[in-house]
Amino acid sequence: MSVLASVRPDSWNFPLFLHVLGAMILVGGLVTGAGALLYARGEARLLRLGYWSLLAVSLPGWILMRIGAGWIYSKEGWDDLPEGVDDPTWLGIGFLVADLGGLILIVSLIVGGVGVYRLRQGKGSGLLKVTLGLSLLLLAAYLVAAWAMAGKPD
Amino acid sequence: MSFDSWILALHVLSAFAYVAGVVLFWVLVVAVRRTDTPEGTIRMEPVVKTGNIVVGLGAGGTIILGIWLAFSVGGYDIWDGWIVAAIVLWAISMATGQRTGVAYTRGMNKAKELRTAGQTGSSPELLTLNRTSRGVLLHFLTSAAVLLILIDMIWKPGA
Repeated sequence: MSVLASVRPDSWNFPLFLHVLGAMILVGGLVTGAGALLYARGEARLLRLGYWSLLAVSLPGWILMRIGAGWIYSKEGWDDLPEGVDDPTWLGIGFLVADLGGLILIVSLIVGGVGVYRLRQGKGSGLLKVTLGLSLLLLAAYLVAAWAMAGKPD
Repeated sequence: MSFDSWILALHVLSAFAYVAGVVLFWVLVVAVRRTDTPEGTIRMEPVVKTGNIVVGLGAGGTIILGIWLAFSVGGYDIWDGWIVAAIVLWAISMATGQRTGVAYTRGMNKAKELRTAGQTGSSPELLTLNRTSRGVLLHFLTSAAVLLILIDMIWKPGA
């Protein structure tokens, strides 16, 4: 209980705010992008809306989340642990999902970008289905990361 | 993980869902500003429904689990200023969010009306409804209230 109720130093609040806000925007972009791509059924306008949600919302959200993560990591002193002491599991899950997820997000944006470009020739919806699949995967992964960050399992 | 840690994790996930819904509606607010056909407007409906479900789960989860935590976790009380502020902001966000929905539903209803009447081309009246400045203002107020809740939850003024 005391861990749940603990109050952190004021200087940690702003980096944490940036981290959480970025993560929420990232998830919002993924929900919007995946929703639009899922219901598009080949319709170019919704396919473009889904792709642009990922590019213009999720990507800036990821950048904000990752900057905040690095900042709060340093503020909380996790980068200064004694030799042989590992990061806690929840932190490991967070970093793995954030960094691997960022890579997958970039791949999904490249694939989706080619798909959106090819929509002009009436093609590309297959590539955007790949982007949809990757978005759903990322959404699941980031929700697990948010659960781990909030619940802090041992 | 203790039971309260699980509740806290689900409370935070609910907050993610609430903000995700607000973000989704911002994307739709921008997207419908250039939509002047019944078909284009109606195509957005499944995405709107997704947003409604996400916001509903998020709003319900944050308030129910948040109140649970206020009673269950030692050191916090439901009458703490920052918790009362969060509940008030939550209520404001719900009220403005509901009114945002009403403002944008007018465009959707008009689109369905036009389609039923066999009018499939662009409609200046539909475009005006889709560009509702009242809807934008209300969604801005909803977003501001949600942002203030996040700030309140992190800084916990007075805790």
